Amino acid sequence: MRNTWIICSRELTSYFISPVAYVFIVIFLALAGGLTFFFGNWLDRGQADLQVFFIYHPYLYLFLIPAVGMRLWAEERKSGSMEFLMTLPISTSQAVIGKFLAAWIFVGIALSLTFPIWLTVNFLGDPDNGVIVTAYVGSWLMAGGFLALSSSVSALTKNQVIAFVLAAVICFIFLMSGVELVQAFFRAWAPPRFVEAIAELSFLTNFGDLSQGVIDVRDILFFLSVIAVALFVNILIVEIKKSS
Amino acid sequence: MDKLLEIDGLTKKFGPISAVDNISFSVSRGEVLGFLGPNGAGKSTTMKMATGYLSPTAGKVSVCGYDVLHSPLEIKRRLGYLPEGAPLYGDMTPNSLLNFVCDIRQLNKEKRKMGYEHVVESLQLERVLHQPIETLSKGYKRRVGLAQAIIHDPEVLILDEPTDGLDPNQKHEVRQLLDRMSHSKAIVISTHILEEVDAVCSRAIIISQGKIVADQKPSMLERSSRFHNAVGIRIEATNSERCITLIENIPDVQLVEIVRNDEELVEIVVFPSNKKDILGSIRNSMDEDGLKVLEMYVERGRLEEVFRELTVGGLEVKNA
Repeated sequence: MRNTWIICSRELTSYFISPVAYVFIVIFLALAGGLTFFFGNWLDRGQADLQVFFIYHPYLYLFLIPAVGMRLWAEERKSGSMEFLMTLPISTSQAVIGKFLAAWIFVGIALSLTFPIWLTVNFLGDPDNGVIVTAYVGSWLMAGGFLALSSSVSALTKNQVIAFVLAAVICFIFLMSGVELVQAFFRAWAPPRFVEAIAELSFLTNFGDLSQGVIDVRDILFFLSVIAVALFVNILIVEIKKSS
Repeated sequence: MDKLLEIDGLTKKFGPISAVDNISFSVSRGEVLGFLGPNGAGKSTTMKMATGYLSPTAGKVSVCGYDVLHSPLEIKRRLGYLPEGAPLYGDMTPNSLLNFVCDIRQLNKEKRKMGYEHVVESLQLERVLHQPIETLSKGYKRRVGLAQAIIHDPEVLILDEPTDGLDPNQKHEVRQLLDRMSHSKAIVISTHILEEVDAVCSRAIIISQGKIVADQKPSMLERSSRFHNAVGIRIEATNSERCITLIENIPDVQLVEIVRNDEELVEIVVFPSNKKDILGSIRNSMDEDGLKVLEMYVERGRLEEVFRELTVGGLEVKNA
């Protein structure tokens, strides 16, 4: 626990010494704002809620989260610092969880910097703040799911471009597994049970309720288990790579 | 003796290629082992397995009695390791990096202060403590890498090319540092610089194509050189022919080689048969003749030549 935290805080500090953090935050805020105002016509809707703000988050994360996650292990492998890190007296799981937590907190910071839109909606009208808080938490959980997937993909390679592309594809599959395009592909040959199960894995479906303020424990558990399973796979990949 | 590092039958295969092939050795407290071999011989791979960073295909590594596969954490606690090329987090400063290492290694306040002050002073890091590591020169990077390896005063030190990229003064400092630490630790260093083996190592292992080809004291390795006990002589060019005739008549002289021949000076190397000591007989015969010799010296043997013979030629050395 202690080591996990030391690694996490080291990582987090290093985000903010490099320009990466600021570039990411600026782009995230610009895109989140732009989509809400121009595509979602947030002001014209005349409704005091953040529906159109949150509705674009899955697509935003689809590209931005793999960009955060791609460097987690690929960069360590490439620069060789992984050898330094992994010969310190820490376990693989402490390193994996510590690095993931740092990235997740970082994304959380970026997400929380969208607070002006929340202030604005409160200034302009009288929204249900409970719904907004739930949606924020849901968005952060979904980001965690994407991030854990990206992190384990990053452990596979020392090339960050490969890590990014692979992670984006995997995130896309998880995001879209509920929509007709993906469903049709499975329905052609898989038993209906299986097709249903695939649909259940969809980030879009699970985020949908949360973004509307519906607190369903199953949705929260879903994202937490995606994170847990992806990080477990991440640990396995790091361990297996040791003996390859 | 107190064996701190034991390696037994260590093998690593990458696909069909054996990078390390059934290597066994042990290092005791007080020993400094020089690990030699051409590039790609398996030095770094062996070191990576010894630290637990890579898992061996077969064989056993134990550090201070702990097995690397079963108790990796115990081993990492007792080990200081400088990876090849000293890769570190470039965005951190030496100060924050060393503090991070102290945190992870859970050094108490007193040990931390002592370790920190010791490495900063002995590796002269004072001036760069607050500069990002990526902006430092190669020599400083290497020294920061060394600093993180020794800050916790480990019992076993594994250093992959610790003096690579250092200038002659810094090399000297690092060798002195290793020398000071050597009595309480087991140290393994890999190096390409053969004079370093002579300067700091109490034992040398030469590996070639993943196999140990020599495991000896450096002085014993020198003895297997064909130059061992050869006598080098410098004389004025006008006297050279007379001198060579004289020497060729001495029993036990096998071969006379002219290594330098210009208008004023001739330098020859006299090889004795069976590496016998022939300095006395050469001197006597020169004295009897009254021939003036400018310089005469006995070769101890040339490590470089032994190294080349062992790794590309077919020389075999009886192992200790």
